[in-house]
Amino acid sequence: MNRLLPLAGAIFLAVIAIYQYSRPAPRAAGPQTAAKGVAAASRGQQVFDKWCAACHGRGPGHPGTQSLELRYKGDPPGALEDRTDLAPETTAAFVRHGFALMPPFRKTEISDADLAELSAYLAKKR
Amino acid sequence: MKLPHDVSPAAFDRAVAGFKAAVGPEWVFTAEEDVALYRDAYSPLWGEPEERVASAAVAPANVEEVQAVVRAANQARMPIYPISTGKNLGYGGSAPALSGSCVVDLKRLDRVLDIDEDNASVLVEPGVSYFDLYREIRAAGAKLWIDCPDPGWGSPIGNALDRGGGYTRAQFRNHFDAHCGMEVVLPSGELLRTGMGAMPGAKTWQQYKPGFGPWIDGLFSQSNFGIVTKMGFWMMPEPEACLIGRIYADRYEDLPALVRILTHLENAGIVNGMPGLGSPLLQRRVPADPQGDNPNGAAPVDQALHDAFYAGDSALIADRVRQTGRACWSALVKFYGPEKLVRLQWQIAKRHFAAIPGARAGKPEIYGFPLTDAQLEKVHKPTFGIPSLSVFNFGIRTPNRPEPLVGHQAFSPVIPRTGEAIIEANRLFARVLKEEGLPVPPFSLPGSVWERTAMLIVIFPVTRDPETNRKYRSAMRRLIAESAKRGWGEYRTPVTYYDAVMETYSFGDHALRRFHETVKDAIDPNGILSPGRYGIWPRRNRTGGGA
Ligand SMILES: Cc1cc2nc3c(=O)[nH]c(=O)nc-3n(C[C@H](O)[C@H](O)[C@H](O)COP(=O)(O)OP(=O)(O)OC[C@H]3O[C@@H](n4cnc5c(N)ncnc54)[C@H](O)[C@@H]3O)c2cc1C
Ligand code: HEC
Repeated sequence: MNRLLPLAGAIFLAVIAIYQYSRPAPRAAGPQTAAKGVAAASRGQQVFDKWCAACHGRGPGHPGTQSLELRYKGDPPGALEDRTDLAPETTAAFVRHGFALMPPFRKTEISDADLAELSAYLAKKR
Repeated sequence: MKLPHDVSPAAFDRAVAGFKAAVGPEWVFTAEEDVALYRDAYSPLWGEPEERVASAAVAPANVEEVQAVVRAANQARMPIYPISTGKNLGYGGSAPALSGSCVVDLKRLDRVLDIDEDNASVLVEPGVSYFDLYREIRAAGAKLWIDCPDPGWGSPIGNALDRGGGYTRAQFRNHFDAHCGMEVVLPSGELLRTGMGAMPGAKTWQQYKPGFGPWIDGLFSQSNFGIVTKMGFWMMPEPEACLIGRIYADRYEDLPALVRILTHLENAGIVNGMPGLGSPLLQRRVPADPQGDNPNGAAPVDQALHDAFYAGDSALIADRVRQTGRACWSALVKFYGPEKLVRLQWQIAKRHFAAIPGARAGKPEIYGFPLTDAQLEKVHKPTFGIPSLSVFNFGIRTPNRPEPLVGHQAFSPVIPRTGEAIIEANRLFARVLKEEGLPVPPFSLPGSVWERTAMLIVIFPVTRDPETNRKYRSAMRRLIAESAKRGWGEYRTPVTYYDAVMETYSFGDHALRRFHETVKDAIDPNGILSPGRYGIWPRRNRTGGGA
């Protein structure tokens, strides 16, 4: 659509230009921090916090969460950690194949062992 | 599996055996599904025969292993392609420039070697991401800010070597300029340190940049002359305050004066944050405005108004300014420093802008640190030294866009920082896009990440449809060529266009490219390191079928 296609940018990386024209509505409140304490977290949660949370965390400012909220209208919920339907194979497939803007993750980033922990962590939520 | 035209399967096997001996077999990836993880997810050539793909990947864990990998590559004359964090999305991702190269994935070199709060500097390895560095600086309790690009999962080293940029003070947001000292594995396998690092025992590696003799650091950026294994960076001490102010001007004719004053304020050191230009009337906000003012993308683009900006129809624009109460232009100024000082700088800046009749200032925002949770939710984090991935909002689902985007590519030429050039560039780009059968983009304002100059950026989506991608590639190539006729050149470009852009830097019958090639042949006689990166091809690829 006209609105998405070539836009000359207002910002250094003018992805912002597209962003400005397609910005989702302001969202509900909830803190977001770049680094989380991981002291008591399971390995799976640690992997999630390091590699996924910045896009899939709860609350505003998380592109993956916002996009999934729109996709599923809240059922299942937008935040991956609130889902009860994520089979380990599903998580693994998305992580190794990517989807839309989310590129696949390499094994130097998330090893097969870490992926198993991560998938298990997301599978046994609630 | 694809191999470079002059690498035999036997040579490849020899290289892989050498890599396995160097790093251990578990860190050499040759299985198809593992190598696929190195594809460029945002490739404008996705799924086409020319897509740049790796043949294998090898992941050393330390400098000695990097050296061993380089030696093995030389023995087999096997092209290798180093990446740091490999998140160069929009510019090549983690894929090589020459198909069939073996990616050297440096992610496992992931140590922050030094955080020196007094010197406000760090020394890092290539696999350290902005998020990692942020975490470690906080853990160390150091009051240092990182200048981050929008996506925080990249690395200070990878980003700086591609000459990326960020958002805070000029000396930090130019990421290559902000570095101080590097360690490099040369294509021979030899280890080199630049700057004061060349003197054994020097305690000033992260203090004095050039060292002695020719300052060669620049040779390792946007090039293929070495594998960088350590780099120092100067950090910004956390300021007491940040003031963000906006100046509004109503007349279309005010743009040149607005740009001139803004640039002077920056050059004079009065404005020390990243300046920006916008148009409230067009709903083109200045950079890093957290609010953006077109929520939901609901407001349709007012084509008549954009046409008036292109045509310079100042009467129509004046009418709209009156009707809407929105200014024609806005300038964004940012100041970092003690609160008293930034308030004073803002007063002085306003005085300069008063030279424009009718110019007025908005109410400034003032931030102290650390930011509150409520502020963190609203602000553009990299402006405050905090890594984030929120920028990926650019392509997610929205009410108007039921399917998320796959990726993007950018045309980002360096143009003169004048009001006249901004208008001329808008007109040229609109004409070229129209000729290419694409919609005319909204009138836009440039970014000013680099001091003294401007970049007017055109973004194209990347799709999974080769036909659509071909159309955008054709437009990109036209923009590159037409801009070069005006003397406007890309600061950086997706891999697909390396050669096309290098072709435009042609002074003296391509004296620059010949110099690159002379250096390349001298230090990398086997032509193993990142062939084709930034249009620099070793001799073996120059005669016959490089890319
Ligand atoms: C939505 C979005 C927004 C973006 N915003 C910005 C932005 O604000 N600013 C910006 O600068 N970029 C931006 N980018 C582009 C890109 O994502 C970043 O520049 C990113 O930091 C680059 O990836 P990286 O740091 O992982 O570098 P890498 O991918 O590791 O490296 C980039 C290239 O440098 C070379 N290289 C890397 N390491 C070495 C080494 N050790 N030795 C020799 N050569 C090496 C390789 O050729 C490699 O391909 C954006 C991209 C997207 C998708
Ligand atoms: C750069 C941001 C980003 C990061 C980082 C990221 N994702 Fe995603 N992810 C997305 C986007 C965007 C989508 C697509 C959302 C949509 O379809 O609307 C997505 C989709 C998904 C889906 C599909 C969900 C569904 O029901 O369709 C899964 C599962 C997923 N991601 C898992 C992960 C995991 C696990 C990680 C960490 C290893 C991760 N993602 C990291 C942005 C990201």
